[in-house]
Amino acid sequence: MPDVAVFWALGALAVVSGVMVFRFDSMARATYALLLSLLCVGGLVIVLGLDYLGVVVVLMMTIEMAIMAVFMVMYMMNPAGLMPMSMLHNKKGAAVLCTLVFLLLAAGIVLAPWPKRSGRPADDPTKALGTALMGPHILTMMTLGFALFATIVATVVLATRRGRYDRFGDDLRARTADDPVRGGVGR
Amino acid sequence: MSLELFLLLAAALFSVGLFGALTQQSIVMLMMGLELMLGGVILAAAAVWHYVAPAATDGQVLVVLAVTVMAVEMAIGFAVVTALFRAREVDVTDEAAELKA
Repeated sequence: MPDVAVFWALGALAVVSGVMVFRFDSMARATYALLLSLLCVGGLVIVLGLDYLGVVVVLMMTIEMAIMAVFMVMYMMNPAGLMPMSMLHNKKGAAVLCTLVFLLLAAGIVLAPWPKRSGRPADDPTKALGTALMGPHILTMMTLGFALFATIVATVVLATRRGRYDRFGDDLRARTADDPVRGGVGR
Repeated sequence: MSLELFLLLAAALFSVGLFGALTQQSIVMLMMGLELMLGGVILAAAAVWHYVAPAATDGQVLVVLAVTVMAVEMAIGFAVVTALFRAREVDVTDEAAELKA
């Protein structure tokens, strides 16, 4: 039963490193703890038989945490944990609320009459997923595509300090750019 | 291994992430809590696919959806933090409370 051993090892590691994310002083360490936790989630998805999606989760989380580390450096309150300080607020209320949420979820999980397993997985679940996404689930795929494209546009708009409309007016017809400092680039 | 064990693990990850999202002052750390919660959702969706309806692909599609939500949340979150920091030099949740009733 190597699967059972892997489940317990990955599961325990996922929860412990998830807790450590919010216990470490250093935000860099917190990022790596979160990475470890999400890698364990990816591993568990592979254990469940979804090899492709598990690998996608692992690769995506690795890149995402690398990007997150950059933003950490930009917006870090407590660089490298050199200044011991509390980064928390409303700890007690949140702890009570989260315990309640967990107990509620656990009660639902234990008490719910889960249906029996019906059918068997396709020989190649990845192929089945691809066929579904390009067939009956095409609406999901298109919505995701639009959402991702909207995200690209929105992030660029939000992160730009001064765009061309700020510099050349709403109709882009100003002869010279309205820059706070002269001598900037042209059109 | 059973569906219940996987779902309990997912619930534990979700609750830990919720604790982080509620307690962290730094907006970046708050987003790490949200990521952890979505990690729980991914695990739950994969477990339901495997133990309840492995013949259907809906569980897998749900995992794809959760992974996409994770990416969108990170990107928009950091863009909002960047815009907020540019406008007001704020990187802590307590100082961004204009919409508080």
